[in-house]
Amino acid sequence: MIAVIDYGVGNLFSLAASLRYIGAESVVTADEKVINSASSVILPGVGAFADAKKKLDSCGLIPVLKRQVSEGKPVLGICLGMQLLFDKSFEYGEHEGLGFIRGEVRPIAYDLKEKLKVPHMGWNSLQIKRPSPLFRYISDGDYVYFVHSYYAANCAESVTATSFYGGLELTASAERENVFGTQFHPEKSGATGLKILRAFSEIK
Amino acid sequence: MLAKRIIPCLDVRDGMVVKGKNFIGIREVESPVSLAQKYNLSGADELVFYDITASSEGRALFADTLKQVASCIFIPLTVGGGINTVEDFDRVLKCGADKVSVNTGAIRDPSLIGTAAKLYGNQCVVLSVDVKRVDGKFTVFSHGGRVNTGISAEEWVYRGQEEGAGELVLNSIDTDGVKGGFDCEMLQKVCSRLTIPVIASGGAGKKEDFLELFKTVPQADAGLAASVFHFGEIPIPELKEYLSKNGVHVRL
Repeated sequence: MIAVIDYGVGNLFSLAASLRYIGAESVVTADEKVINSASSVILPGVGAFADAKKKLDSCGLIPVLKRQVSEGKPVLGICLGMQLLFDKSFEYGEHEGLGFIRGEVRPIAYDLKEKLKVPHMGWNSLQIKRPSPLFRYISDGDYVYFVHSYYAANCAESVTATSFYGGLELTASAERENVFGTQFHPEKSGATGLKILRAFSEIK
Repeated sequence: MLAKRIIPCLDVRDGMVVKGKNFIGIREVESPVSLAQKYNLSGADELVFYDITASSEGRALFADTLKQVASCIFIPLTVGGGINTVEDFDRVLKCGADKVSVNTGAIRDPSLIGTAAKLYGNQCVVLSVDVKRVDGKFTVFSHGGRVNTGISAEEWVYRGQEEGAGELVLNSIDTDGVKGGFDCEMLQKVCSRLTIPVIASGGAGKKEDFLELFKTVPQADAGLAASVFHFGEIPIPELKEYLSKNGVHVRL
């Protein structure tokens, strides 16, 4: 069973519905016991980094998440949930992340080489950089849906796929051992996204 | 590189999609779930649902419809129609909408944009604006295009962006339903100062109209249409293939 962490950040309707659709058993929860008994964990999130981190903390979920990671359970962060997996973020100041993956989260606007719109919002194609269990059912060049203004940088050793935007190679997904992150929303990325969620649900 | 988006728009009344009038003047209805599924398979990049019911029974049916669609279609869904308060945002977001489109409600109370943006994020707030030429000036109309507000379209869309809207739908009343092409002149003029994504609406009649839109209005991120998609006059896979062949980056 997949535990989708509910810490009061964002709309979990689509994520829960997409897991149901692919036949993966899941529960939306903030209950430590339920999370401990789950076979894998998804950390969703939209909004601001510092606010989300504070909410995770006030739900007492940070040590719970750390335990899941150290036990080797597959953990998937989505969008802001992915950004939280890194060491730190420079979204409105400097904030410490969960530190599961080396790297930092930076504003896209600082690094764009061409003048383009931020947020980076819409469908972009994936350049697969290295094999990942998440990519079992998809191909290089497949499109996924993004909505974000910050991106993970200085994390070359953990990047599994990127997308090009304004002369910048944005981190689309990253992983370290049993910890996975997608900057895009698999639950909004049509058939490709469902294939990624299915692949995650099959990781043992 | 981001793909230009193709977006079918579905008007929903009493739990059914109202397909407008086709070329022989027949009004048809279809199940939102089956139509949405069809569009999803044909490569639509996003779907927009407008609630055109006024009754509370209709509103409850719309919520059910939305939940059903959001449980089997996993692409971005925008919902509009009758959004006047933050409670209205909440109501449709809980049913699986990703973005909420405001029009008359935001004209009545512009602070609705900022309040909703703070609660749900800018990406969630879509400002929809109906524009018509009045004495040579691009002017905002409210109440489904029936009421002339006298507000300048250029000023209103800029104000909307400043208030916190994350995206803009610009619908031309002058070209809507005419099928003679998008209102590129209006789109160029009205969104010249904008940095948020723009969805062009009103006037699509053939594939070439979308090509003209994306070639002449670089600020346009998406093209929206209803009846030409509903009645199969422009099949989406064919449209995307055509755009791609002509150098427009689309998701194939």
